[in-house]
Amino acid sequence: MNNTIKFKIDAKEIVAEKGKTVLEAARDNGVYIPTLCNFPGVPPKGGCRMCTIKINNRFMTSCTTPAAAGMEIESNTSEISNLRKGIVELLFVSGNHFCPSCEKSGNCELQALAYKYQMMVPKYPYSFPQKDIDASSPKLIKDQNRCVLCQRCMKTIKTDKGERYFSFSKRGSELEVIMDPTLCESMTDEVAQLAMDNCPVGSILKKDIGFVEPIGTRKYDKEPIGTDIDG
Amino acid sequence: MKEKILEIIGNYNKDKTRLLDMLHDIQNVIGYVDDESILILNQELKISISEIKEVISFYHFYSNEPMGKVNIYLNNSVTSEMHGRGAVLDAFEKECNVTEGSVSADGLFGLFPTSCIGMNDQEPAAIINGKIFTRLTPYRVHEIVKSLGNGIKIEDLIYEGDGGGRNSLPEIHSMVCNNIRRRGALLTHDYKFFDTTNNLLSEKSPQEVIQIVEDSNIRGRGGAGFPTGIKWKFGRKAEGEHKVIICNADEGEPGTFKDRVILTEFPEMVFEGMVIAAYSVGADIGLLYLRYEYKYLLNYLNGILDKMRDKHLLGNNIDGIEAFNFDIRIQLGAGAYICGEESALIESLEGKRGEPRDKPPFPVEKGYLNYPTIVNNVETLASIPKILTKGADWFVGLGDKASTGTKILSISGDCNYPGIYEVEWGTSIKDVLDMCGAFNIQAVQVGGPSGALIGSKDFGRNLSYTDLPTGGSIIIFGEQRNLLSDVVMNFMEFFIEESCGSCSTCRNMPAVLKKRFTKILDGKGVQSDIDDLINWSELLKVSRCGLGQTAANPITTSINNFRHLYDRLIQPGIEFDTGFCLEDSVKDSCSAVGRQPTLHHM
Repeated sequence: MNNTIKFKIDAKEIVAEKGKTVLEAARDNGVYIPTLCNFPGVPPKGGCRMCTIKINNRFMTSCTTPAAAGMEIESNTSEISNLRKGIVELLFVSGNHFCPSCEKSGNCELQALAYKYQMMVPKYPYSFPQKDIDASSPKLIKDQNRCVLCQRCMKTIKTDKGERYFSFSKRGSELEVIMDPTLCESMTDEVAQLAMDNCPVGSILKKDIGFVEPIGTRKYDKEPIGTDIDG
Repeated sequence: MKEKILEIIGNYNKDKTRLLDMLHDIQNVIGYVDDESILILNQELKISISEIKEVISFYHFYSNEPMGKVNIYLNNSVTSEMHGRGAVLDAFEKECNVTEGSVSADGLFGLFPTSCIGMNDQEPAAIINGKIFTRLTPYRVHEIVKSLGNGIKIEDLIYEGDGGGRNSLPEIHSMVCNNIRRRGALLTHDYKFFDTTNNLLSEKSPQEVIQIVEDSNIRGRGGAGFPTGIKWKFGRKAEGEHKVIICNADEGEPGTFKDRVILTEFPEMVFEGMVIAAYSVGADIGLLYLRYEYKYLLNYLNGILDKMRDKHLLGNNIDGIEAFNFDIRIQLGAGAYICGEESALIESLEGKRGEPRDKPPFPVEKGYLNYPTIVNNVETLASIPKILTKGADWFVGLGDKASTGTKILSISGDCNYPGIYEVEWGTSIKDVLDMCGAFNIQAVQVGGPSGALIGSKDFGRNLSYTDLPTGGSIIIFGEQRNLLSDVVMNFMEFFIEESCGSCSTCRNMPAVLKKRFTKILDGKGVQSDIDDLINWSELLKVSRCGLGQTAANPITTSINNFRHLYDRLIQPGIEFDTGFCLEDSVKDSCSAVGRQPTLHHM
């Protein structure tokens, strides 16, 4: 039996393997849909809402929606681009993101998305929330100011036994990602580096080292986010 | 103490999906969940410390810090405020020597706000050490606190007497009143409990039962309105090693309390509805998720389940039907509005934070522990036995075409007779107001904060899935109320408090809206601020679940229907105002340095 399906994103025909999500299928076909919380290899959660698309006049997240034959999907429309820009702006005003001094500048996906959607000044008022910095771990700094609560660290950084180094704490606007005090005490350098690399922003930083690669020569300094897919 | 904690964990076979129960039990013994217990849970359940704290910090009624000996959770719903919460709070603070949100210095009293506890027809109400106290006044607060100081037990403090009906049973012994003001098809006592299961079920195939439910056209009573028969049909078709029937008794929408009354007076019909659902879809696992606020009903409800087991209405080969095995367990929640959303409820049942899942897959394909799962509302399930004995035609004869049957309304606010009213679908708001003795009414909140705030021009509209849908919450506001500063603000604070936070729009946008809304209330608003509120609200529509998608409704529906109230607050002739106040902004630093600056811009 034929194991492929066909559907459309913004009138472009997409050919995909059965069982893929809309997001995966789009990427395989050179169509970029922006993401922030999504991470290859772990179950999607639809947390950041950046990959929102419209199917049958309903908003869905492409990372969690299985691709189906005959779908007609809107993605790169002005309505959806405005919403995605709104999400980026909302994340900026709800945290404290100081790009010029951030170790992740140039490698930060939030910053890259802000450039992509041409954010100048967010349309929403800044909230300047009071947030903590947790430097109790020997290897890591967890800066709540820059956290976008994407859960990538929670989902990808685990012990051999499957215990999580990072967890949520509280809920709603007080929600934070915290480090497990015991597990982070004995974290290896490799795990710490992975945690920092998997963080889309500058919320998880490795101690004792920084700015090895000069700002200006980093990933998104060279080419805008998504160009590896649709460029 | 370690042995005790180990015993608790052992009672649940070290099953981490029962974490909520373990935390409840630990808190019952110690008063809170201390770090030592968390460490034991960590070792026994093999989940990290922060993963356990993640669950504790999600739910309102767990604490990782010492609580008071007596803990008072004072409801902060809008109706509570309208009926004197402020004075009651002052009295508690004074009598207990504690400020709201903290524990007194002597460790005796904890005083905390809490979202609607389902007592809107008898506010102000509080939960004090698990016991419900309604219709509180400063005098009663004085009396309660004094008596507690004299060593009188909470149970003996109900001077008002039991609330009547089954509230007076020794198993409940509560002052909560049913306030049933109008009985219709469901609440009338014309059904012999378990008649359907005893006499009808063995004669009908599951498919025939589903057909009757489908023909009755009953739709979900929790608010979403999905046709129950179709849901069951999907459940029947779904394949799984086990199948699950869940009764959603987590009614948390502010202003709704009808499930509390159904569970008090007609739990037999609810449980029988679950049995019938199980027979229809072929389920073997039954769960009722009871909101923590209704914990006072837990023993009573468990007693009814025991009686059902005695009568072979639960267990193996129910009603003599071979291989029809089904039992029901009641899971107590721990305080989170979002758990009323079915997939969040399932997460909570699995011992986790109640964060909604992405759909698809829907629970009917992959629900509780990934088994096919049917989630139905209390009222929906309670309707099923009568539908089967009286027939689909009887049910279709009630209500209107798209919305068959009756709806149980929870009516509260500015009316003479707040309480439970069972009406046929299609009843107008005007009739509802006349029914409950409401005069000089400015606005009605239909469907709770996630519904709509409507004014007199809409009072002719009908309660119906096609016109004004509602899970049953009707809150009435008289002309004397300030809709914006008292009502809309209360609802926005509710959404901010109850967001799970896992999706970015619902976590952040309500606070942004509240800020702009506050600017208008403070007299610093300009015309474009109203437009901002409308436009910015659009972003919430991409939220993951119904809570986020409706979190701007208090603002958007009040702008739609009470625009003049906003316009009145807007500064005339001014196009731009940052809302920035230099004096306010430097207040903290002024008090830190102990002197006032000269503000040159003045």
